[in-house]
Amino acid sequence: MGWFHRRGWRDLIIGLPYLWLVIFFLIPFAIVIAMSVATKTPTAPPFSFGGAHPWVNLETYHRLVSEPLYLRAFLISLMNAAGTTLFCLLLGYPMALALTRVSRSSRNILLMLVILPFWTSFLLRVYAWMGLMGKSSWFNAGLTEAWNWLVPQSWAVAALPMMHSNFAVVLVMVYTYLPFMILPLYASLERLDPTLDEAALDLGSRPWQVFVDVTLPQSLPGIIAGGLLVFIPAAGELVIPSLVGDASTPMIGRVISDQFSQARDWPMASAVAVALLALMVGPTMLYSHYQARAEGTK
Amino acid sequence: MRRRPTFLLSVLAFGFAFFYVPILSMVVYSFNASRLATVWGGFSTKWYGALFANKQVGEALLLSLKIAVVSSTIATILGTLAGIALVRFTKFRGRTLFSGLVTAPLIMPEVITGVSALIFFLLLASWIGWPVQRGFTTITLAHITFSMVFVTTIVQARLLQSDRAIEEAAMDLGSRPWQVLWDITLPVISPAILSGWLLAFTISLDDVVITSFTTGPGSTTLPLLIWSKVKLGVTPDINALATLMVLCVGIGVIIAGVVMNRAEARRLADERLAYRSQA
Amino acid sequence: MAEFLQIEGVSKSFGPFQAVRDVTLSVAQGEIFSLLGGSGCGKTTLLRMLAGFEEPTSGRIFLDGRDMAGVPPWSRPVHMMFQSYALFPHMTVEANIGYGLKHETLSKTQRAERVREMLDLVQLTPFAARKPHQISGGQRQRVALARALARQPKLLLLDEPLAALDKKLREHTQFELMSIQARTGVTFIVVTHDQEEAMTLSDRIAVMDRGQVQQIGSPTEIYEYPVNRFVASFIGSITSFEAEVMARDGGALRLKVPAFGGEVTTKDANFAPGSKVTLALRPEKLVITKERPSGNAVQGVVKDLAYFGKDSLYRITLASGALVQAHAVNQHRGTETQRVADWDDQVWLSFDPAAAIVLGA
Repeated sequence: MGWFHRRGWRDLIIGLPYLWLVIFFLIPFAIVIAMSVATKTPTAPPFSFGGAHPWVNLETYHRLVSEPLYLRAFLISLMNAAGTTLFCLLLGYPMALALTRVSRSSRNILLMLVILPFWTSFLLRVYAWMGLMGKSSWFNAGLTEAWNWLVPQSWAVAALPMMHSNFAVVLVMVYTYLPFMILPLYASLERLDPTLDEAALDLGSRPWQVFVDVTLPQSLPGIIAGGLLVFIPAAGELVIPSLVGDASTPMIGRVISDQFSQARDWPMASAVAVALLALMVGPTMLYSHYQARAEGTK
Repeated sequence: MRRRPTFLLSVLAFGFAFFYVPILSMVVYSFNASRLATVWGGFSTKWYGALFANKQVGEALLLSLKIAVVSSTIATILGTLAGIALVRFTKFRGRTLFSGLVTAPLIMPEVITGVSALIFFLLLASWIGWPVQRGFTTITLAHITFSMVFVTTIVQARLLQSDRAIEEAAMDLGSRPWQVLWDITLPVISPAILSGWLLAFTISLDDVVITSFTTGPGSTTLPLLIWSKVKLGVTPDINALATLMVLCVGIGVIIAGVVMNRAEARRLADERLAYRSQA
Repeated sequence: MAEFLQIEGVSKSFGPFQAVRDVTLSVAQGEIFSLLGGSGCGKTTLLRMLAGFEEPTSGRIFLDGRDMAGVPPWSRPVHMMFQSYALFPHMTVEANIGYGLKHETLSKTQRAERVREMLDLVQLTPFAARKPHQISGGQRQRVALARALARQPKLLLLDEPLAALDKKLREHTQFELMSIQARTGVTFIVVTHDQEEAMTLSDRIAVMDRGQVQQIGSPTEIYEYPVNRFVASFIGSITSFEAEVMARDGGALRLKVPAFGGEVTTKDANFAPGSKVTLALRPEKLVITKERPSGNAVQGVVKDLAYFGKDSLYRITLASGALVQAHAVNQHRGTETQRVADWDDQVWLSFDPAAAIVLGA
C-alpha cells in the first residue's frame, strides 16, 4: 500500500478540510479559552494579558462561582434543559415505540411527518407557539376555560399567563427538539429483535415486565443519544428564551451574548462559554462510552 | 396474540397533533382579516400583500439564499473530503485531532460557536485589518465551518457501508487512486453527498444564532429579519411568510418523496425481473 | 385416558390463508415428538399455538388435562427454544438462564442453585459471566436450552434447534439433546425441516404438508411404510412408477408396471385387483448386478454415477426411458475398475418383494 499513501492528492484530501477546521474552528476556540483568563480593559479590543495579572487572570472564574447571576443562570438553564429532555423522552419514547409497531408502508410516511417540522424554519415554529400562547389566542382561550372549569373559583383567571415564563421556554424547546429525541430512539428500537420479546413472554414475563427487562435496557443507547441531542442545544439555547422567556430570568445563552455585546466584557463571556462547554463534556463522554460498547456488541 | 398497542398509538396521535396544530393555526390565521388571533375577521389575503410589498423581506431572502448556496457548496466539498479522509486513511499524523475537530462542532452549543467566531473575526480585523466589515463573507465562512461536519457525518456513514472491494477491484483493473476516487468512490457516495448538501443548505438558511454573531451592519438575513420582527410581538404578515415557507417545504418533500418512491419501485421491479430471468 | 398433550381439530387462519388445518394429535409424557415438513407447512404456527403466541381459529389444545384456550404465554408451563435462540444480548449467560426464575417464588439461594444446576447440565459453568456475543454458536444454543429448561416446563418446544449449527456440531448436539431429555424427563416437541434430524432425535414424527398432518409414526414406520406419495418422497428419496394391480395371491401382490419392464411381485397390500397404484422404490433397496438375478428385475444403462466414499449413487436409464436412482455400498477398497458398474454399463436392477412400497395412485 506504500505507493497509495505517497501521493500528493492524499495530502490534499486530508489537508484542505483539516486546515479549514483548524483556522475557523480550533483557533477561534483556543482564543476563547485564552480570552477567559484575560483582563478586561477599556481599550479596543477590550482585553489584555498584562497588567496586574500577568498572563493568567482567574477573576472571571472567581466571579462565575461567586456572583449569583451566573449561578442562577446555570441552574435555570440546566434545569430547563433537563426538563426539556425529560418531557421529550416521556413523549418521544412511546411515539418511537409506536412507530416500530405500525405497518411498514405507513411507517415511512409517519417518519417523514416527524422530520418535516425540522425542515420548516426554526424561528417560525417558535413564532407559532407565541401565537398560540398569547393572551388573545384561541388556544389560550380554550385552555383558560378548561382551567377555570377544573379549579376552584378563587383561582379562576381571565387568561393563562403562559408567555414569558420558564413554562413557555420548556414547552417550545420540547416542541423544537422532540424530533431529535424520536429519531435516535426509533433507530435503536427498530433494530431490536421481536423474538426477544416473545422469549421473555414465554419465560413468564407479562408485557410490562418485558418492556422493563428487555426493551428498555436495550434502547439505552438510543435514550442517551436522544437525550444529548436535546440537552446540549437546550442548555445553551439563546433564541427561545429571548422570544418566549421572562426577560428577568437569566439563562446561559443570553448571559454570554449580553456580556459580549452589551457589557463588552469579552473575558467574562468567554469564561461562561468555557464553563458551559465543560458541563457538556461529562454527558458526551458517557455517550461515547455507550456508543463504543454498542459497537463492541455487534 | 398481538394486541393493538392502543396506548402507544394514542400517544403517537397526540404527538402529531402537538407537531402540527401550531403550524396549522399559523396557516389558518395568515388568511385572517383581523389583526387579533382570537377573532376571525373573515377571509383575506391582505397579509400576503403586505408581505410582498415589504422590500426588506425580499432583500433578506435573497441574501439568505446567496449565503446558503455558497456556504453549502463549499461545505459539501470540504465535508466530503473530510469524510473520505477519515474512512479511507486510517493512519495519518494528527488523525485523532482531526476526528475530534469533525465531531466537536456537532455537539458545541451554537452560542459558543458564534461567540468564538465573532471574537476571531474582531481580533483578525484589529491585527491584519481584515475583515473590514462583517457581513456576507464572515457569515458564509462561519456557516461553512459548522455545516461541513454534518456533511462529513453523512458521507462517513455511507462510505462505511459501501463495499471496499469494489475500489480494490478498480485498482486491480489498473486505475490510479485518483481515478478510483473519481470513477468509483464519488459515484457510490453521490446520494450521501446530495443529502449532505441539502442538509447544509437548510442549516445555513435557517440559522439564527451564529449568523447573529457574525453579521454586520446592512447584512440582514431572513431569519435575522424575522427574529427582529418577532421580538416585538405577533404580526400577521409573519403568519403569511410562515405559510409560504411551509408550502415550499411541503412541495419539496412531496417531490422528493415521489422521486424516491419511483426510484424504489423501479429498483424493486428490476430486482424481480432479474430474479425471474434467472429462474 | 386423556393423553399428556392433546391437540383436537386445531386450525389457524391468517386472513384468507389457512396455515394449519384440522390437526389432531396426541403426545405422551416424556416423548420426543417432531413436527416435520417444508417451509410453510404449518409446523411453526402449530408450535406458536402451543407456546401461546397464537390462538387457534378453531379446535382445542389440552396440556395435562388443562384447556389452554386463552392462557397467555407467560402463564403456560411451556417454554420454547427459539430458532434464533433469542438470547437477551444485554444479560450475561447466567442472567439469561435465571431470567424465567424471576417469576417464581424462590429464594435467592434457591435461584442461584437452580442456575448452577442448569449451567452444569449444559456444561457452561466457566462461561456464566459472559455475554451472548462472547460465546460460540454451539454454546449459545446450550444457553437457550438451559434457559428454557430452568423453570422445569411440562413441555419444551424446540424450533429448528440444530439449524444454525454446522454439520459436525449438529451430530454431536443431537445426541446431547437426547441425553438431556432423558435426564430431565421433559416432553420435547421439535419443529424441523431436516428429516435426518427428525429421524435421529424423535420417538415419533408427524409429517406435515400444507397445514395438514400427513402421517404420524415412529421414524421406521414413516420411512419404511409411508402412507402416501408426499411422505414417501419427503422422507428419503424414491423413484415411483405407475402400476396396476393384477392379482392378490397368498400374501403377495402381482403388479403390472410397464415402465419397469412388465410385471413385478410385492408384498401384499390392501388393494383390489384392477386398481391403479404407485410403486415406489428407495435407492438403497435396489440391487445392481451385471448378471440377471431371479425375481423382480429390469435391465438398464448407467447414465451417471456419483462417488460419495462410503457409497455411490447410480442413475440408470431403463428401456422404457424411466430414470431410476440406486445406491450401492462401496464394500471393496480399490480404484474405479473395481466398482459395481461404470458409465454406460449394461446392468440389472432388482429388488426384494418386501422392499417395495405400494401406494394409492
